[in-house]
Amino acid sequence: MSGETLIELRGLTKTYGTGEAAFQALRGVDLSIRRGEFIAVMGPSGSGKSTLMNLLGCLDSPDSGSYRFKGIEVETLNKDQRSLIRRHALGFVFQGFNLLARTSALENVELPLLYRGYSRKQRHQMARAALASVGLSDKERNAPAELSGGQQQRVAIARAIVTQPDTLFADEPTGNLDSKTTKETMDLLCNLNAERGISIIMVTHEEEVATYARRIIQVRDGLISHDSGDESLKHTSTPAP
Amino acid sequence: MIFNSFLIALREIRRNLTRSFLTVVGIVIGVAAVITMVTLGRGATAAVKDQITKMGSNILVLLPGQGWGSWGAPQFNIKDVNAISEQIPGIVSLSPRVQAMEKAVYQENERDSDIQGAAASYFAITNWELSLGRFFNEEEVTEAAAVCVIGETIRKELFGEDVDPVGLKIRFKSLSLEVIGVTAAKGQGGFSDDLDDNIITPYTTVLRRLKGRGNGNNINQVTISVAKGYPRANVVADISALMRERRNVGANEADNFNVYDSLQLAEVMSSSTQLMTSLLGAVAGVSLLVGGIGIMNIMLVSVTERTREIGIRLAIGARAREVLLQFLVEAVTLSCVGGVAGIILAYGLCASLAKVIGAPFLFDPKINIIAFIFSAAIGILFGFMPARRAARLDPIDALRHE
Repeated sequence: MSGETLIELRGLTKTYGTGEAAFQALRGVDLSIRRGEFIAVMGPSGSGKSTLMNLLGCLDSPDSGSYRFKGIEVETLNKDQRSLIRRHALGFVFQGFNLLARTSALENVELPLLYRGYSRKQRHQMARAALASVGLSDKERNAPAELSGGQQQRVAIARAIVTQPDTLFADEPTGNLDSKTTKETMDLLCNLNAERGISIIMVTHEEEVATYARRIIQVRDGLISHDSGDESLKHTSTPAP
Repeated sequence: MIFNSFLIALREIRRNLTRSFLTVVGIVIGVAAVITMVTLGRGATAAVKDQITKMGSNILVLLPGQGWGSWGAPQFNIKDVNAISEQIPGIVSLSPRVQAMEKAVYQENERDSDIQGAAASYFAITNWELSLGRFFNEEEVTEAAAVCVIGETIRKELFGEDVDPVGLKIRFKSLSLEVIGVTAAKGQGGFSDDLDDNIITPYTTVLRRLKGRGNGNNINQVTISVAKGYPRANVVADISALMRERRNVGANEADNFNVYDSLQLAEVMSSSTQLMTSLLGAVAGVSLLVGGIGIMNIMLVSVTERTREIGIRLAIGARAREVLLQFLVEAVTLSCVGGVAGIILAYGLCASLAKVIGAPFLFDPKINIIAFIFSAAIGILFGFMPARRAARLDPIDALRHE
């Protein structure tokens, strides 16, 4: 399940704005991630952790450096090609859920399948199964506004995993949730990682949430300041401080 | 991919019913306004042309004096009429006209009436048809017979709605005329006078028996029918030359008569109604534009939500062109639905309003197509442009759009 290299970053930089107002969010990041890892990316706000995740998730393009995802040189791809990588290999969970308003949970989960060209029947089957796996079988017809924050995040997770991606990116997935639903959400992510072997890369600023991950990467001022390495390989269960 | 975009677009329309509805309404109003205005305008133009045809389309009218006034200028006499008939080529037939105003009385009903004295040929020249009885003939004209043909209005006013007046007599100051025919209704004339409010009798009867002057020197005008295809201008010129000679108009003097051409009048009147139609069309065009701006507003108001939607779609793996196609299909669908609804609404409005204003309803496919295409273009442009901008963003920027 683990061992094969999934992600390889070399000297990745990203600058926002130009001239006086330019802000260098990443200053040359090197990073290597293997298939099946569960990584928490931590750091103070403005450290560049979200930028790092957006670049890893092919949502944004780097200024320089190289990014290999499953051997593909992502920095050479155009927007459409990056869309196709997201479509076929990646899933996303956002802090703000980013569900389509006034659209039922089932239709939200079906959305990625529409772009993959599945038949109506297949879409329903797969979306139902994904909703069932996050424990929301009884909420298929409910729109986001009719669901609690925890339920909305679970719909978002169902949407992210319905395509059975290699890698799941989660940007502050528990940022808008209380402690009970935080635990539910994190247990769900742990299960996906352990049982389906989905690699998870999660940005968080909560220590407690980060303990669910098996590898913690600290980002500060656009550089990786500390990398715990994969704890599972060291046979310990508590992350390094 | 195209089928998918349709599916997604229709879902988006369904889940944003208010926005979709407002967009469609904007187009419906614009399209319906343009089509209704132009169609009614065309109907009015056609109605005017039709009325002029009713008055007699291929005729010249010889009047004393300049323009429509005859003050001071001598009237014509029967020799003038005969001279025209004998000497001018290209004339099918002609009829002198003598006018009189008299109080017409039948039993207790009375009415101030316009009496037209004419020749037997007058009915054919001016396109009169009969609903009852017959026209008078040349023999009756020669005899100055006491007969008349009345219009529908006169029949109603003097005799009553359902009375057959043929054989009954209308009494005037000094004589009685027997009704021998009733003309079929023509309705309003080109000058909104009632063409059916007249009594037509032999001109000899008016001259000899009503006015009491049998010298034939009091002919008010001559109505002349020109042969089809014969150059009208030549006829007008020939008549003018003949009249100048007969009326002793000096070489440096202006005509003391006027030959007026009904076709020219028809052209002037229909061109003025056409101008009116263009004006109404322009007003309606503005309302289409305003509808378009309304659509633009709705689209711009929803741009934040839609930009986030585009971000979500891009993040889960949609390509920019798939998102664009979805937005294009949405815009096209809404615009077309609005356009078709506008055409249907316009059809209903035209059909009912045409009755109210008394103009015919002429369906014009051209204006329907133009209005439809214009509205569709506005809807598509304003629906599509914001999406195009959003789809060019990196997905993360679209997601963060505030």
